[in-house]
Amino acid sequence: MKKFRLRFSRSQLCLPYAVFLALFVIAPLLVIVYYAFTNGQGKFTFNNFTNFFSNTNTIGTLLYSFFLSVTTTLICLVIAYPTAYILARSGFKKQYVLLMLFIMPMWINFTLRITALKEVLSLLEGNISRYPFLNSVIGMTYDFLPFMILPLYTSFLKLDKNLLEAASDLGANKFTVFLQVTLPLSVPGIVSGITMVLLPSMTNYVVLDMLYNKTFIMGSLIGSYFSAYDWHNGSMISLVLLVIIFIVTLVTNRFSDKDDNSGRTVL
Amino acid sequence: MNENTNIIELINVRKEFDDETVAVDNFNLEVKKGEFVTFLGPSGCGKTTTLRMIAGFEIPTSGKILLNGEDISKLPPNRRPVNTVFQKYALFPHMNVYDNIAFGLRLKRIETTVTGKDGKEKVKKVRLSKSDIDKKVKKALEIVDLEGFEKRSVSTLSGGQQQRIAIARAIVNQPEILLLDEPLGALDLKMRKEMQIELKNMHKKLGITFIYVTHDQEEALTMSDKVVVINDGEIQQIGTPTEIYNEPVNTFVADFIGESNIFNGTVVDKLKVKFCGATFDCLDDFEINDMVDVVVRPEDIKICAPADGQLKGKVISTVFKGVHYEITVEVGKFEIVIQSTSCAEVGAVIGMRVEPDGIHLMRKVYTVNKYDGVITKNNTVEFGDGEFECDVTTLYPDSHLDEEGYLITAGGEKIDLTDVEVEVEIDTHDIEMSDDKSAGGVVGNIISMIYKGDHYRYIVRTEENEEDYVLSCPDLWNTGDLVSLIIPKDKIKLKLKVAEGNK
Repeated sequence: MKKFRLRFSRSQLCLPYAVFLALFVIAPLLVIVYYAFTNGQGKFTFNNFTNFFSNTNTIGTLLYSFFLSVTTTLICLVIAYPTAYILARSGFKKQYVLLMLFIMPMWINFTLRITALKEVLSLLEGNISRYPFLNSVIGMTYDFLPFMILPLYTSFLKLDKNLLEAASDLGANKFTVFLQVTLPLSVPGIVSGITMVLLPSMTNYVVLDMLYNKTFIMGSLIGSYFSAYDWHNGSMISLVLLVIIFIVTLVTNRFSDKDDNSGRTVL
Repeated sequence: MNENTNIIELINVRKEFDDETVAVDNFNLEVKKGEFVTFLGPSGCGKTTTLRMIAGFEIPTSGKILLNGEDISKLPPNRRPVNTVFQKYALFPHMNVYDNIAFGLRLKRIETTVTGKDGKEKVKKVRLSKSDIDKKVKKALEIVDLEGFEKRSVSTLSGGQQQRIAIARAIVNQPEILLLDEPLGALDLKMRKEMQIELKNMHKKLGITFIYVTHDQEEALTMSDKVVVINDGEIQQIGTPTEIYNEPVNTFVADFIGESNIFNGTVVDKLKVKFCGATFDCLDDFEINDMVDVVVRPEDIKICAPADGQLKGKVISTVFKGVHYEITVEVGKFEIVIQSTSCAEVGAVIGMRVEPDGIHLMRKVYTVNKYDGVITKNNTVEFGDGEFECDVTTLYPDSHLDEEGYLITAGGEKIDLTDVEVEVEIDTHDIEMSDDKSAGGVVGNIISMIYKGDHYRYIVRTEENEEDYVLSCPDLWNTGDLVSLIIPKDKIKLKLKVAEGNK
């Protein structure tokens, strides 16, 4: 007797995910595109597009968010690079404990963390609304630092110690070894870290909100349009942001190692 | 200055790691300019550590390393005129072949005299020019037979090609000494043979001193001018391949280099030794009645008619090995391995002869185990990381124990033996091994085994303080096995350390 067995082909197994993807990713994207290029009467128009680039307010917000996220990313990199290097090079047993110290804050709810940070900052600065930009950068750095440390840490861990020995054997002093071997081989980690900090920090307006920074960034700008039921201009801004992110990802992918996704998968 | 042709000298070098393991100890070696020296030993014997000390990656705990008579033991690697070929190549993955080879050249500064504007001659350190680097890289690629590979990415190369690039990268700097750390370990057999010959040719052509690390005895014998056999961090023997093979100084060297039959023997008369139940003439002069280890190479045993042989035995196996047959013969309770071009039928009785120059005698290294021990309050003895039952009454003649465990001497004196220090002696054949970890007084790993014709000699090392037990046993165990050691009560010989043992 032949036993009946349920068998699925590969494409059949893909179906649930495809449905999910279509419903929750592709359909919303299409809706955004539709709203971005229509007006209130449902007619095709480029008005929203021209609105975006002719409005000094939106362009200003774009530049401000860009400046804020670039500053955050650079500060994260400056702090994370030596930290990750020391972590990866320290003795085997302590290493994990030290790493946990940097990862553990991520287990605490992020609004809670920012609230705590707010208290600390107001203690130090007195009136917290006096330095909105500085406070936002501090908040963002605090929030995103682990995302920069982890990919760097994995890329330092992967670094073959023999290569450093080989370089010094061939006549390189410690500085040259760092410049010619350690640094170039950690580029994938740097790129990975940058993409993980730069892009989210452009839209994370919650940090600004909580730290009383009244200036809009991209996230809050979209939010303000949507809350005023202006779906059309809000969608256009989202679309522009999406294109920017897409371009940045394309550029950074050129630099990163093909098999180096380890840093991202840890998170 | 006195004449000094030694390019490198290691004097009493010792290396202890942070966890207090001694990797290298008492290491004395002189290497002449242009020599091909090989460090040979089993893995973990300290040969790579020694190489790393010469390269500068490790600093010796004590002792000196002299290069051309100058002490370099504390110099960092980048300031030593020494280059290394690493076991796993260690090529820079982010550079192409050209940049890899040019790495050292680009960092090099050469002293040249230049005439300044004021007409004065000055010594200046100048970088190599681009065309100079080009020429040298090209030459190096020619030497390793990979012309035209400059632009190739390292990851597209095969293992053998990567190895050649690693060699090119090292020799392009014209080091005084080239260090090679098992460079052929990752290659397949055929490739390895080819590279052996090429390396040897390169050595002749370049005239650079080579120091080569390997655990492959055949590689060491074919390539080197001088072989340094290392075990447990110490040099066992230094000599030419022929000396090492024909005149091994101890059973370790004999067993490690080539195949050998090792027997326990006794010197019965002037230049006569008895082993395997027969007496043989030999060339090594020992005292009469000395216990010795006898080493006979399988190819030095000649097969003859049973009546003509010094030994007679039954063939238990014959294996064809290409050039020769490997024949195992049972002589009484001994097993003897013979390599011969003539075949012998399994089951046949054959005679065997050994010429005097085929018999190598060496002083026995281990005949008895000796430890410092302490008597516990239960009248057991603690030594060598373990605790054993023993007969404390042997410490004093005619003594006995009372009910409370005190020792009553022949004169009626009462002695508390707790914490008394004693010398402990156990014969190698009085120790038994067991799988059952709780069966014996101490547990350790087998770190060495040597077949001696009718039994194996094992060395068991404990984990805690690395105490060694040497024992003979006819059964086959494996190196690395964790065993428990059983020593019968009456086989532990105790001796008081001081004349008066009591406190």
